[in-house]
Amino acid sequence: MSFHPHTSSFNGVQGAGALDVSLGPQHPSTHGVFRMNVRMEGETITKLQPVFGYLHRNHEKIAEANSWLGSMPYTDRLDYICPITNNWAYARAVEQLAGIEVPERAEYIRVIVGELTRLQNHTVFLGFILADMGAWGSALMYAFREREKILDLFEWLTGARMMVNYMRFGGVRCDLPVGWLEKARAYVETYPAFLDEMERLLTGNEILLARLQGVGILSGERAINGGLSGPVLRASGVDYDIRKVDAYGVYPRLSFRIPRGTVGDCYDRFMIRLLEARESIRILQQAFAQIPAGPTLNPAVKQRGFKPPAGEAYGRIEGPKGELGFHLISQGGEKPYRYHVRPPSLINLTLLEEMCLGTKIADVMVILGSIDIVLGEVDR
Amino acid sequence: MTALTPEFVLARIQAALPEARVELVPNPSPSGQHALVVDRRDALQVAQFLKNDPELLLDYATNVSGVDYADHLEAVYHLFSIAKRQGPITLKTRTGDRAKDVTVPSLTPVWKSADFQEREAFDLFGIRFEGHPDLRRLLMWEEFADHPLRKDYIAPDDYEYEPTPHGAIVAKSQAHFSSVAHPASSPNA
Amino acid sequence: MNLPGSGILKGMAVTAVNFIGSFFDRAHAKRLITEQYPEERPILVETSRSFPFLVFDGDPEKGIRCTACKICEKECPPQCISIVKAKDANGKPILRPQIFDIDISVCMGCQICVEVCPFESIRMDNIYEVSAYDRFGTLVLHKDQLLKSNEYYRQIHPTEAAQTDARIEAVRVKKAAAKAASAKAAAAKAAAAQAAQTQPEPAA
Repeated sequence: MSFHPHTSSFNGVQGAGALDVSLGPQHPSTHGVFRMNVRMEGETITKLQPVFGYLHRNHEKIAEANSWLGSMPYTDRLDYICPITNNWAYARAVEQLAGIEVPERAEYIRVIVGELTRLQNHTVFLGFILADMGAWGSALMYAFREREKILDLFEWLTGARMMVNYMRFGGVRCDLPVGWLEKARAYVETYPAFLDEMERLLTGNEILLARLQGVGILSGERAINGGLSGPVLRASGVDYDIRKVDAYGVYPRLSFRIPRGTVGDCYDRFMIRLLEARESIRILQQAFAQIPAGPTLNPAVKQRGFKPPAGEAYGRIEGPKGELGFHLISQGGEKPYRYHVRPPSLINLTLLEEMCLGTKIADVMVILGSIDIVLGEVDR
Repeated sequence: MTALTPEFVLARIQAALPEARVELVPNPSPSGQHALVVDRRDALQVAQFLKNDPELLLDYATNVSGVDYADHLEAVYHLFSIAKRQGPITLKTRTGDRAKDVTVPSLTPVWKSADFQEREAFDLFGIRFEGHPDLRRLLMWEEFADHPLRKDYIAPDDYEYEPTPHGAIVAKSQAHFSSVAHPASSPNA
Repeated sequence: MNLPGSGILKGMAVTAVNFIGSFFDRAHAKRLITEQYPEERPILVETSRSFPFLVFDGDPEKGIRCTACKICEKECPPQCISIVKAKDANGKPILRPQIFDIDISVCMGCQICVEVCPFESIRMDNIYEVSAYDRFGTLVLHKDQLLKSNEYYRQIHPTEAAQTDARIEAVRVKKAAAKAASAKAAAAKAAAAQAAQTQPEPAA
């Protein structure tokens, strides 16, 4: 540890001093309790160290003490903006570990709720990045208004707005209520109009362009080496979407495109969310048209006292924030021997320093906002 | 995704690096993700090869996790290839034991993505990654002494008083606070 | 090339439309309007859940469905349930809880207890005003606070309650049928035995 922010101060040389600042943990633009130790020359960043652990609760240790099913509600609390995709990733990892088949209808329901989650995550992102740039208000409120409508759908389906606890090994907990599908379909129909409104509000705005374009540029090669995933990786021009690559669930039957950035700056990371939201709408419309009748849970799987065979598996899905994976080791017992989460929010921060070096202090918040993290997942 | 079998990867490694000690450990689970356990002395060399070999191009190390077994610790890497859309390949390195000889080479110089995750494994398991550019605790604080995810970790019992209906927990909490006479032991004081 | 500032003006037009529109869209159809909470109560959807409660049929003492099997206590992820089996006068355990406590300051409303219960006796409530002044006493709910009638359950979750009632009825009918069948079989057996007893007579 050579970097002590509380001991260093100005060098005393006029105009050429280094200043160490602790950004966060209590700051609205740090999306929770995230801290960065920053060294600046003037306003230019010369060193940046993220500090983690303020929200650490040893999720993995808790899971080792719980039954396999008992960890499902805890996954809701990882990335609390998108609990359903967390459920999905865990269910998929367990299904790989135990070799469980999922009924077709359940796969379609998973795609529908998963893509709705992606929609609301990207919508909230649009609001938050504006807040990071200092535009508290309109954009964030419009985004939350739309998210509220999706959360209403989730509440109707699962009983809770955010802590859904919806997926089960080999399916989903309950079938769609009568009338849910029609309501969801009608709602998704209105969504492009909202995205158009957001685009009119934001994408032409000169201040926004000045704040985003050319800031925090990241090459595709570095992004791959740094393990970045999801929209952040694709914004750097890498064509890698796990929905296409792993072709899990019923995604091979749905046609959609993978938007990619060209520059890899904050503007690309911003635009890619808008484009992905539009692709999600396409996926949803196809899924609404194709969803078959049938069972929603594999009856052969015993949820209580579930004991997968001994062995290990790494299962992953394309979450709204990136690759969400679970590494599970079973020794044939009622509890996992090892339960590890691969959190996209944490690993997407690997290259934060590289992106921030040489930029101004005000850009750090925008770059952090463009990565889209949730601290519940970073610190676990 | 193209199926990339660990047997094929093992054959490639043995052809290129005949002196490297790599072993295929089968995984009985239906997932079929068999692991390649590489001797820690050769790990860095093998990792370099896996990343650069034109047949494999495993350029994307997504997941790193530590595992505590009865007699050793293990670092597990899940490797994918974005260039060739292959994977996953499970690569493991093992420490000598759990107490003194807990060093494995860091693969962060090969895959930057291992940076935070190796720090996490060091923090929670106490695996020392040799050659890591900045090996500090990630989630726990610097002064914290133990490694919480080890199986023999003893959880502290100085948690806040709670009237949890479970007798054992209440007894444990009361025992702790009666011995240290902490002010929190009398909740309504 | 756009005129400088035109992007901002376009954005301002959007906010203006939303601002003015909020005065004319009283039906809340497009623009959600903040609920004035204590005066205006939210209408909860049927599936909405908060904390568990215990269902009884008819009489809260006799009609309690819980048999103190402790499955929910074991499965509860945050370990917030505590059950002690009741004992009769001779000290023999009976299938009823003596103590059934749920610490709702720990409960996370995941509804796993509901799913694992084989006796349909624990269900999710939809109460939401449970704040209390005393954290240590009031938030541990005891058996008498947890017991709620099946009529209440039918009222808050009609669809789910109807399904539960149907399942219980099916089990009851099946049991009754099995009982009748076994009684019939016993009668037939007795008759056969009697016949067998009477049969040797002619041979004698």
